[in-house]
Amino acid sequence: MLFLLIRRGLRQHLVSTAVAVLLVALGMGLVVSVWVVRAEAEQSFNRSASGFDAVLGARGSKLQLVLNGLFHQEASPGNITAEDYQQVKSLPMVDRAIPIVVGDNFRGVRLVGVSDDFFQNLEYAPDHVYTVEPGGRPFKVGEKEAVVGSLAAHQLGWTLGTTFHPFHGLDYNPSAQHSEIFTVVGVLAPTNTPADRVIWVPLEGVQRLGGHDPAAFTDLSAVLIRFKPEAKAAGLMLDTRYNRQGKRLTLAWPVASILADLFSKFAWFEDALRALAYMVAVVAGASVFSAVYSSMSARKRDLAILRALGAHRRFLIAAVLGESAGIGLLGCALGFGLYALIASTVQEILRTRIGVLLEPWAWNPVLVWGPLLMLGLSIAAGALPAWRAYRLSVADGLSPLS
Amino acid sequence: MDPALVIRDLVKSYPAPSGQRIEVLRIPRFELGAGQQVAVRGESGLGKTTLMHIIAGILVPDSGFVAVGGAEVTGLSEAGRDRLRAERLGYVFQTFNLLQGLTALENVMLGLAFGRGADPKAALEALTRVGLAERAHHLPRQLSTGQQQRVAVARALANRPCLILADEPTGNLDTARGRKIVQLLRDSASSLGSALLVASHDPEVLGSFEQVVDLAALNQAARLEEDV
Repeated sequence: MLFLLIRRGLRQHLVSTAVAVLLVALGMGLVVSVWVVRAEAEQSFNRSASGFDAVLGARGSKLQLVLNGLFHQEASPGNITAEDYQQVKSLPMVDRAIPIVVGDNFRGVRLVGVSDDFFQNLEYAPDHVYTVEPGGRPFKVGEKEAVVGSLAAHQLGWTLGTTFHPFHGLDYNPSAQHSEIFTVVGVLAPTNTPADRVIWVPLEGVQRLGGHDPAAFTDLSAVLIRFKPEAKAAGLMLDTRYNRQGKRLTLAWPVASILADLFSKFAWFEDALRALAYMVAVVAGASVFSAVYSSMSARKRDLAILRALGAHRRFLIAAVLGESAGIGLLGCALGFGLYALIASTVQEILRTRIGVLLEPWAWNPVLVWGPLLMLGLSIAAGALPAWRAYRLSVADGLSPLS
Repeated sequence: MDPALVIRDLVKSYPAPSGQRIEVLRIPRFELGAGQQVAVRGESGLGKTTLMHIIAGILVPDSGFVAVGGAEVTGLSEAGRDRLRAERLGYVFQTFNLLQGLTALENVMLGLAFGRGADPKAALEALTRVGLAERAHHLPRQLSTGQQQRVAVARALANRPCLILADEPTGNLDTARGRKIVQLLRDSASSLGSALLVASHDPEVLGSFEQVVDLAALNQAARLEEDV
């Protein structure tokens, strides 16, 4: 009977109930989104570091090196020589050293020149190596061939055998088209990393394109480095060698800490979002209070009738708190839907623009405390109306007297 | 068998705006036997509803003794009085007092919910007794005033009470419908063996009872007021 009364009470004041439910949903959706997207975005960026520990590049910003080398964003701070690459590759603590060259695009999709080492058992995540989809093959060194990332292939509508003329520069300029023709010989199997959104070509493919400086034909944009697992102090040693003692090159290491610095730059925005989420949560609580309070006031007579029929005061408390809890529960359920919508939108934006895959349903404590917070707030908002119901005088509620 | 209702030396007063207390009820003695049906005559403002509320344990008297079916209402805690209303009493109000958001059947189930427990079968049985089984799933606003009062009667009967209180049960009905409701109340009370106490100022209602008690005669508070 209690649940029936709660259900009918909520239905009887449908508009105020719906507004309160929507605000609770908005509050919960925002609170959970802000927390999860922030935490998950940082983790996703770290996951998307493609298994590399460091990036070696020209003297400049470490963040720029990481963004350019691992996330294919921004420009390279400058070039390094082939000797620099050979030197770092020969170091005993270095497991893999992958040279890359950037500077060209096809309609905004970046071309990345890379050595054929890229397709030789290179792990981008534990037990996951870069491979080409069945039917295709890795490019041949020295040939005008390309392996296109899965997302780029989808975006450009490319399949095996597609040919294209690259454009000079990182930004698309229709008048800067190279005359060379490349052929797609493979599509990279999806990795859910930024590797999916670029076109991979042989190093020479980018280095020796028409119009490039012949003096820089062997230059590289960066070297992606993975240390041997047993070389615990490798990062520190190379950091000292390149960053402290040297003046020509920069080693971006450790990648996680550089990414953390990136996220800390947006801390103010995150704080603003959190404040907004809390404000919406408070407004939601106020609207639950308003909905339950007005519903209780409008149904004072109903509550008095219940008491006249033998309902104990505690029953009225349960009925009123049940309504506020009902609004809270409905709001939380809808809030999860809203969160799913927000998260999937952010996920799609990050995936298509940066190649980072967000996992919105990965465990995060806010997925529990967020709904509990809103539910608690809703129940607390029903406390005063419940107290009024408890104090209700049956005789007054049933008036007029004859 | 215990009498359905016993009242001894009942006094009830209300505070006046001046701060003094105004005595509205002073009933030295009143009794209703099991299954007995009595009408209480009284004009508005004489304290009929106050008396009904005291018997039902909704109001607490200043002093005196009230027992329903052998249970001393005036000696019960609030929870005990709630239980008494749920288990031993049926109450029919002038304004029907149906919950507008519930169907007829659900309203009748309310009459059982706090005593025997909400039982749709027993509720439907009560609705059948008042001839409204086919309207069980209608909301009060979808029923005529007479039908609404019949639902209220079914709700009062549902828990098979030992005493049914009816406070101006025909106050919102026309004469023909009022007569039918009173007859329904009387027949239903008889078939259940419940005592019936009807408070009314309607001569039509009062005329249908063999035993009519004048509240003005019963209530010495009124006489005291006249003496003053």
